[in-house]
Amino acid sequence: MLYALTGSVEAGVIYALMALGVYLTFRILDFPDLTVDGSFATGGAVAAVMITNGYSPLLATLGAMLAGCVAGSVTGLLHTKGKINTLLSGIISMIALYSINLRIMGKANTPLLGADTLFTEISSFLSSLQPLSILAAVGVSVLLIKWAIDWFLDTEIGLAIRATGDNTKMIRSFSANTDNMKIIGLSLSNGLVALSGALIAQYQEFADISMGIGIIIIGLASVIMGEAIFGHSSIRRATFAVIGGAIVYRLIIMFALRIGLDPNDLKLLTAIIVVIALVSSRMIDTWKDRRVRTPKEEPLAAAGQGARGESHAET
Amino acid sequence: MRRPAKEQGGRAMLKLNGIRKVFNRRTASEKIALQEINLTLHPGDFVTIIGSNGAGKSTLMNIISGGMAPDCGTIEIDGEMVTGLSEYERARKIGRVFQDPMAGTAPTMTIEENLAVAFSRDRRRTLHRGVDKKRKELFREYLASLHLGLEHRLTAKAGLLSGGERQALSLLMATFTQPKVLLLDEHTAALDPARAQLITALTREVVERSKFTTLMVTHNMQQAIELGNRLIMMDAGQIILDVPEEEKKHLTIEDLLKKFALLKGVADDRLLLG
Repeated sequence: MLYALTGSVEAGVIYALMALGVYLTFRILDFPDLTVDGSFATGGAVAAVMITNGYSPLLATLGAMLAGCVAGSVTGLLHTKGKINTLLSGIISMIALYSINLRIMGKANTPLLGADTLFTEISSFLSSLQPLSILAAVGVSVLLIKWAIDWFLDTEIGLAIRATGDNTKMIRSFSANTDNMKIIGLSLSNGLVALSGALIAQYQEFADISMGIGIIIIGLASVIMGEAIFGHSSIRRATFAVIGGAIVYRLIIMFALRIGLDPNDLKLLTAIIVVIALVSSRMIDTWKDRRVRTPKEEPLAAAGQGARGESHAET
Repeated sequence: MRRPAKEQGGRAMLKLNGIRKVFNRRTASEKIALQEINLTLHPGDFVTIIGSNGAGKSTLMNIISGGMAPDCGTIEIDGEMVTGLSEYERARKIGRVFQDPMAGTAPTMTIEENLAVAFSRDRRRTLHRGVDKKRKELFREYLASLHLGLEHRLTAKAGLLSGGERQALSLLMATFTQPKVLLLDEHTAALDPARAQLITALTREVVERSKFTTLMVTHNMQQAIELGNRLIMMDAGQIILDVPEEEKKHLTIEDLLKKFALLKGVADDRLLLG
């Protein structure tokens, strides 16, 4: 049980990188990006193929991340320069990446059994700390990446990206190239997703063409559950919540499997979790809203009337 | 931070030359939105534009800001041709406040973050921290000039502000980096009368303090007469009346209506009720 628990948390922390990527597009850019399903597998494929070809695991992981960035930029270009709508541009990339991933691997899966991966290196380096060495190493790296995301979103470029997702008209009037902001955001997001895919491939010791299927939903589940459980009043808080959400999601799956859920039903369970999280968070919001609004009703009504009076005058 | 006050002189700060715009060209619903608009604003000019709905005021604003391209004609800002520049490129020189109080600020970002976005308007955005200690002080100082107490709420989300507060913040953000041209597009129309008055007073104060070259569209004739040093009336895509400074000082709403009736041959109650 303890072994399963650390395993779930480890996987959760690695998937958290993917969830952070989904957070960047879904929440920060307000861009529901489906590229993720393709770029996650791209990350795994690139890392696996580079490792089996003798590259160092670190280089392979960085290569995978770069491939994800390219995939995200393509989606961004399709949307901004090709004027294709958000969902469709993501779907197009996702479908194209399926073939590209097969091309990268040359077959449907690439085993990494017995190969040197980042995790075998960590284990041999920190062998005295077993069995928590992998969790510690992964946890520290993910926290560092979280910190880097927080830092980036507070820079001038980061603020412009956030404003692009928040109010496009406004940020354009403040001389930000919204096309570039979207491309940067999508690129970073898919870089994180591919990094996560690369680590998962090394962790489970194989890359598979279908490893990305449904990943976007797992990402959404992590973001929404995390925000609901841990709060999202600031960026720092929200990125922390997303990591927490990814771990909670893994734990739920582990318990579901323990009590006898058929692994074939996992995606259905994930979909149900997302629906519950979405609907309940909306319900909680309206409930909170109502509680806050009630005492203020009168001044609001008065303001509404004022505005209406003005518009009458215009006609 | 602040640039020296702009020199006054004969040069043009904003120059529109033969601007023409037709919507739905070659269809049954073809509509000439603007025909041959020529307009020159000198540094420090504050021009108010009135006109009935569909007169072309908003189209004109959109064409100056770059949200829309003219069919023909040129736009110059401070001697530089900007006709071919995109909206975000022109935005370095143009400050804008929109009619909708929601449009001018990013609701999920804090007041200081919004100001930081405005602060980077005329420069290349870098990986420099958007809100650092020095800027925070500057933001606080600027916000204090609004007398709304916003300087104590730097980390409040802009979405929590009232319409009037948001519009005041928008005005401050639009003028933060000393734009060459300030465009105000009915920026008090969506507010209740008391707040509209507050924003009108703030506008006067801000423009007078920094001598911004300003173009303001309004539906409110009283406001159009009170503010600025020149008044323009538009109708059917044309400038039909241009009142210079001296004459504008003695202008009344009745005068405007009479002039409009003379020019159009009929009194238009849409203007009267504005």
